[in-house]
This record gives sequence, C-alpha cells and structure tokens, in this order.
Amino acid sequence: MSGMVEKRGVGLWLTHAGLILGVLVIFFPIWLAFVASTVTQPEIVRPPMPLLPGDQFFENYREALVSGVNTPVARMLANSAVMALGIAFGKIAISLLSAFAIVYFRFPGRQLFFWLIFLTLMLPVEVRIVPTYEVVARFGMLNSYPGLIFPLIASATATFLFRQFFMTVPDELAEAARVDGARPMRFFWDILLPMSRTNIAALFVILFIYGWNQYLWPLLITTDPSMNTIVMGIKQMFPSGDDVADWPVIMATSLLAMLPPVLVVILMQKLFIRGLVDTEK
Amino acid sequence: MATVTLTNIRKSFGPNEVIHGVDLDVANGEFIVIVGPSGCGKSTLLRMVAGLETVTTGELRIGGERVNEKEPMDRNIAMVFQNYALYPHMSVFDNMAYGLRIAKTPKAEIAERVANAAKLLQLETFLARKPRELSGGQRQRVAMGRAIVREPDVFLFDEPLSNLDAKLRVQMRLEIKALQRKLGVTSLYVTHDQVEAMTLADRMVVMNAGDVEQIGAPLEVYERPASLFAAQFIGSPSMNVLRGTAAGALVTLANGAVIEAAVDAKGPVIVGIRPEHLAPDPQGPIALDTTMSEPLGWNTLVHGTMGGTDSELVASLAGVHRESELQGTMRFSVAASLTHLFDAASGRRLGG
Amino acid sequence: MEKRVTFKGWLLPLLLVAPQLAVTAVFFFYPAGQAVWQSLFIPDPFGLRSQFVGLGNFEFLLGDSYYRASFVTTAVFSSLVTLVSMGAALCLAVLADRLIKGASTYRTLLIWPYAVAPAVAGVLWLFMFNTRVGVISWYLGLLGYDWNHVLNEGEAMGLVVVASAWGRVSYNFLFFLAGLQSIPRSVIEAAAIDGARFWTRFRTIVFPLLSPTTFFLLVVNIVYAFFETFGVIHTITSGGPQQATTILVYKVFADGFVGQDLGSSAAQSVILLIVVGTLTIIQFKYIERKVHY
Repeated sequence: MSGMVEKRGVGLWLTHAGLILGVLVIFFPIWLAFVASTVTQPEIVRPPMPLLPGDQFFENYREALVSGVNTPVARMLANSAVMALGIAFGKIAISLLSAFAIVYFRFPGRQLFFWLIFLTLMLPVEVRIVPTYEVVARFGMLNSYPGLIFPLIASATATFLFRQFFMTVPDELAEAARVDGARPMRFFWDILLPMSRTNIAALFVILFIYGWNQYLWPLLITTDPSMNTIVMGIKQMFPSGDDVADWPVIMATSLLAMLPPVLVVILMQKLFIRGLVDTEK
Repeated sequence: MATVTLTNIRKSFGPNEVIHGVDLDVANGEFIVIVGPSGCGKSTLLRMVAGLETVTTGELRIGGERVNEKEPMDRNIAMVFQNYALYPHMSVFDNMAYGLRIAKTPKAEIAERVANAAKLLQLETFLARKPRELSGGQRQRVAMGRAIVREPDVFLFDEPLSNLDAKLRVQMRLEIKALQRKLGVTSLYVTHDQVEAMTLADRMVVMNAGDVEQIGAPLEVYERPASLFAAQFIGSPSMNVLRGTAAGALVTLANGAVIEAAVDAKGPVIVGIRPEHLAPDPQGPIALDTTMSEPLGWNTLVHGTMGGTDSELVASLAGVHRESELQGTMRFSVAASLTHLFDAASGRRLGG
Repeated sequence: MEKRVTFKGWLLPLLLVAPQLAVTAVFFFYPAGQAVWQSLFIPDPFGLRSQFVGLGNFEFLLGDSYYRASFVTTAVFSSLVTLVSMGAALCLAVLADRLIKGASTYRTLLIWPYAVAPAVAGVLWLFMFNTRVGVISWYLGLLGYDWNHVLNEGEAMGLVVVASAWGRVSYNFLFFLAGLQSIPRSVIEAAAIDGARFWTRFRTIVFPLLSPTTFFLLVVNIVYAFFETFGVIHTITSGGPQQATTILVYKVFADGFVGQDLGSSAAQSVILLIVVGTLTIIQFKYIERKVHY
C-alpha cells in the first residue's frame, strides 16, 4: 500500500468489513422488529426472544391491519397517506403559484410578502403548537384532515426552492413565450411547470416523508382513534399501567409505518438525494 | 412584410438614459444590422422593437402603425435569441408550433407551415427530437424555424450566431443571408461582430454608448466612416489613428512627418489610415518601428510604433512575408484618397 | 438577483400569492403572534381571564430550576446526538469514499433509515432495551449489567441519544460522502506523493476541505436534535426519569398541554423561537459565505 491512494488486498477487505459492520448495526433494530412481527406474544415475553423469523407473519400483520389495538392499522395507514399527500401536494401547489408571482411579476407588497414568508423558515411547528392548536380548534378542525394538513403547509421552504429554480430559467424563454403570444398563466402551464418536473418530484419525495413522519401535531389534534395517523398511533397501542404490550402487533405496525417512506427513499433515490440537497442548502 | 420606423427613440432605466434618441427608417424587405460593442444599447433597441422593453419616449411604427403600446404578440414580429430560447421539454415540432397553437391556427395549417419551414431548414428528420438532442447549428435552425412559421412582418435577430463555433458561424451566416433574400422579410439583426455586420447588412447601424454613430451600407461605412468610432469599429485590424496638425491638404504628424490628406483642414486633427492602405515605400513619409509580425497566410500584419513616437501602428501587407524581411524600421506611404480626417475634439469626419 | 423579464399587471400576482398568504397568516403568523402575546400573561385557574405580567413568565422561567435543568438536558442531548450521528457517519463515509466500486451500493443500504420517523425509531429502540422483553437488555443482564432506563437517568439519556442519532447517521453519511467525493482526487494524490500516510492525509487535507460540510451538518443536526426528536423522547421516556430527558420542546408540550400552563408554555415557545432563529441566521450567514466562494 505504501502511500498509494487506491486500496487493495487487506485494506480493501477491511474497508468492506467496516462498512458491512455499519450496515448491520443500522439494520439490526429493523431486523429485530421484523422477527418480533413474525412470532407469537409468548415467544417475546419469555426472553430472550428468537433472532430468526417465526411463522406468524400473516397472522400478526392481518391482526394489525384489520383490528389493531384501538383502531385498525389499515385505517391509520389511510389517514397517514391522506395527510402526507395533502401536505406534499398542498405545499407544492401554493408554493409554485407564489414563487411564480414573486419571480415573474412586480406587484405592490411584493417585497413585504417575500420577507413575510422568509420569516416562516425560522419557526418549526413545534414552537407554536399551543396557539396553533387553539386556531385549529376554533375552526372546528380537530380530528379532521384539514386540521392535520394546513398548519404543516404554512411554511415557505418550497416557495424558496421554486423561486431559486425559476431564477435559473433563462429570461429568453419567457421572452420567447411572450413573442409567441403566451399570456402569463399559459407560460406557467406550458413552459414553467413542465420544466420544473424534476424539482417538483424531488420536493414531493421530501415533503411526503416529512408529512408521513409527523408525530407531535397529529398527537395533539387527533383525539378520535379513527383519525390517528400510523406514526403517532403506535404509541397509543402501548397499554397504560403494567399490562404487557402486544409486541408482535406493535412491531408489525412499526414496520408498516416505515414501509411507505422507506420505499419512497429507495425507489426514488436520485430524486430523494436531490430533494434533500435542494431543501437543506 | 412591413417597414419599421423609429423616431427619436429613447430608453431610460430609472434615472439612467441608455438610448439617446435613435432615428431609423427601415424599408420593406431590408436587412438592417445593428452593430456595436457590448453595452452600446443595441440589444435594448432591438428589444424595444420586439416589445420586450417599453419605449421611454419616441415613436415606433411597424407597417406604418404605431406599436409602442402593443404586446410583442400583437406586433407580428418573430425573434431569434442568442441562446435560441428553445423550450427544452418540447419537441422540435412543438417548439415551432407553439406560437401558432396559441394563435389557435387550425391543426392542418400548423402541420403544413411547420413542414415547410422544416424543409427549408433541412430539419425534417429532427422534428420529433428534443432540443438537447440537437447540435448547436441544428438548434439555431430550429430557432429560425420558429420565427419563420409565424410568417411575421419583421424578423428580429439578437446575436443569433454568437453561441456557435467559428466554422459553423460562417456557414450559418450564409444560410441566414440566403434565407432572408428568399423570404424577403424585413429584418433587424444585432451583433457585436463587424464581419457579420459587413457580410449580412443591406445597411448597418453603428452604435456606441446609446448613440447612433453612422447608418449606411457596409462599404459606405468602410470607405467613408462618419466618426472616429465607426472608423475604428469597422475593419480588421482596426484603423490606425494618428494625431497631427493640418494646414490645407497637408498634415504634420507628431514625429514631424508630413502626409497629404484628401481634404483641406486647419489645426489639430486625427488622421485615420487603414492598415491595408499602408503601402511599403522606402521613400514613404511614415516610419514603422517594428516590434512583431503575424503571418496570416493571405496577408501579414506588422505591428509596431510610428517612428520616434509611441503611437501604435499596424500595417497589413498582402501575401506571405518572412519575419526576416520585417525587422527594424520600415517605411510606408499612403494615397491621399485613402486617408480619413477627423476633428480632434468631436471625432466627426472632416470633409465629404 | 432579479429577473429581467416580468409580466405586467398586479391583480394576477396578488391572486397567485393569496393562498400562501392566507394559510401563512392563519396558521403561522397569528399563532406565532399569539405565542408572543400569551407569554406576557398568566391565565387564571379557570381560564376565564388573564392577567398581564409583562416579562414575568420569562423571569419565572429563568429562575425555575426545572427549566434551567431542561436547558442543560437539551444542551447535553443535542451535543451527544450531533456528535454520535456525525462521528459514525463520517467514519462510514470515509470508508465508502475509499472504495472505487460499490460506494453507491453502501449508500443505498445506509440512507433509508432517514425515512424512519423518529417516533418509530423510538419504538424500535425501546423494544430492544425494554426492561422486560428487550433482547439487548436481556443479554446485558447475562453479562451482569442490570439495564433499566426507566429508573436510571444516564441510561435513559443514552437510549434516547442513540435512538435519535440512529436515523440521522443516514443523512449525515449522505452529505459527508458527497463532500468527500467532491474533493479533487489530485489533491489527495499529491499529498500521497508527498509521502503523507492515510491518517496524516485525513487530518491535514481531507478534514479541512470537508469543513464547510461539517459546519453545515453541525447546525442542521443541532436544529434536528432540538425539535424533531420529540417523537423519540415521547415514545421512549416521556421526559423521565425525574425529567432527565425533558428537552425544551418536550417541556413546551408538557407544560402547555399536560400541565395547561399556557403563559409559561408560550414564554418557552418564545425562547425556543429565539434559539432557532439564531441558529437559522448562523446557517444563512454561512450559506452566504459559501456562495461568495
């Protein structure tokens, strides 16, 4: 090896070994959860639990999906899907429109509007939960999808992202469209929107995960179990007091809860990475 | 097809006036090239004609009709942009058809017009492709095609060749000229390249810092530049300018040499002599202390300073010359009819 | 930076920004304003009327030993989460960067935990360390170590830190690997030719060149640890034992919703607002500098 940058032989194997160890450590909690979701409750409560899957896969998942503990998990999955999709689509839609207005028009209050939405970048929902809760309660939106969705789309990250992207679209395209006779909204639909496809998709991936993984907000405003989302619903499945938790069903639910966002990340890895880099920088 | 008339057109951005009153009459079918260095306002002028910039004061007429307040699409113009501005997500066909679709042209007619343009530009086999799958020259043609299918009254070109490599530029230049001749559409063409201006223009407009220096046919500008700026901007290598003092038809240069000019003048003047008009002459009045030479094949450039001064002087000798012939001080003469005299203060041309 | 081209008119753009303006006003500015407003009042026990106390809530908070303890807890917690997740991620990224082939395979294997919700991560780790059924706590017991995060404050902190850092490794790994891969090979090869061994190269060349990424991740991870770890804390410890894992965000929730002490909760929100605002400004300053490179 002697100072060479490229690794060969033993060094290469050590590198792989280190990485594989890392992967195993990262995977271990998931593996254990998977095993727990395929065995019976008695096998778990009599430690140590087995480290290889059992034969109860279908029974546990069916029980979780159909009956759950308080609510069928299928219902919670549907709630999560509505919330995550609502947040992703809602935020993308309002952000596209306002970014278009900010970049391509000069209108009274433009600068003020820009700074107002800039402020929203600084405050996560966790900081203003109590008053937000009161607003939602006053609108009668507790235990409702709008109540789950609206407070979480009240932030301007996506607006900034689209603004940045629109700024990179050559001026000449808008001019060519004007010469071609396109009015503003026609330009938006025919040119700007199709050109933003990749950005929209990347942002969609990030927002979907963000929405799906919300915990505190649904915990506050969904007191009705039939409106629980899956991520916050898991905690509700633990019994209060000294009763033993139904671990196989809880673990099956946990895996179901992580499956959609994990699939999104793996299947749309390129878009996911791009979205991550876009939104965080 | 239409005439274009600019009457005292001015443009200000905030307090800054960038176009200081331009008057121009473009005849039907004429090819006008607006040429000048970057920042001279030539693109702004073109964009005002297009309707992409508002006209601050003055009047703009296309086909005799005032269009100051009209949207670009209502002016019946078509524009070719420097970076082509092709819609990246649309096929070549859709790029060309977009404007017609917005104008609600019948489908059959769109297909026919696009097909004709594609044939004219040899783009028939590329109609289904996206712009990114095309070469620079092909994109350029699509941009032209988009302009042609609209059958506009006026073509506007904003430095359409500057993104192409040198060889392709020459080829596309010829194509544009042939196309314009064939279609006979009034055209305004902006460029910073004086060769493009010389070769394409019926008449050219030389601009400098928001002012028109000269309007005229290419050879007219070359042979009788109206100002020092026009004289130096058109022609390559650039015209030599030498300070001197005139008395009648004789001009005494800074080093005491005396040359004969074409016109009579008095007092401080600037003499302009094109490098290609300096004729080697052992008895000639103009001495050139050579510093280096550039053999270009069809001619040879000799660089240096005028003897006894530090004014730069360039001579262009026809044909091939070896470096060994071009050492030390060389002497040149110039025919009086090939000299140009400019007022030392205003830079305007003296005499006819 | 401004666009050269604009469309005319003012009604259309106002209509276009209207939806965002409405949502932001109702669900952001009004509640944020309310938080500031409420922080100046103490409601009576029946919630019927409030008494104006000025900065009294803040004074009380800063004098409150529980609140100060929560500050310390948050500082310890976020430092540990940041350190653990960035440290592990950097090691893995350095290893993956050494591979000519296969780096992207490991990337795929390592990035997906980012998608696991903190609350779900909490449940997974709780399961492993559960005092009754946990596999790891059972094996620790075999080794003679009696794990009990329900009673032991240090163990509770350790568990929430690891559970919070776990999913975060993915995120940091992704950015570290991108940072490492953007360092020109030629620089490292030059150092190798100069005779620098791997560790020397890393210390003197790679790490300094990676510092923009490191700084960026530092800020982002602190913000993450401050706010997004609520789910981990809530599922694993509920802030206990003896408030040993009550971080600031958890306390806003506990005092506001469980304790119904709205004035104090609002004041805490305002303090958090200042903290996160400061972090955001630092981050923007840093981005500006990066842009000027």
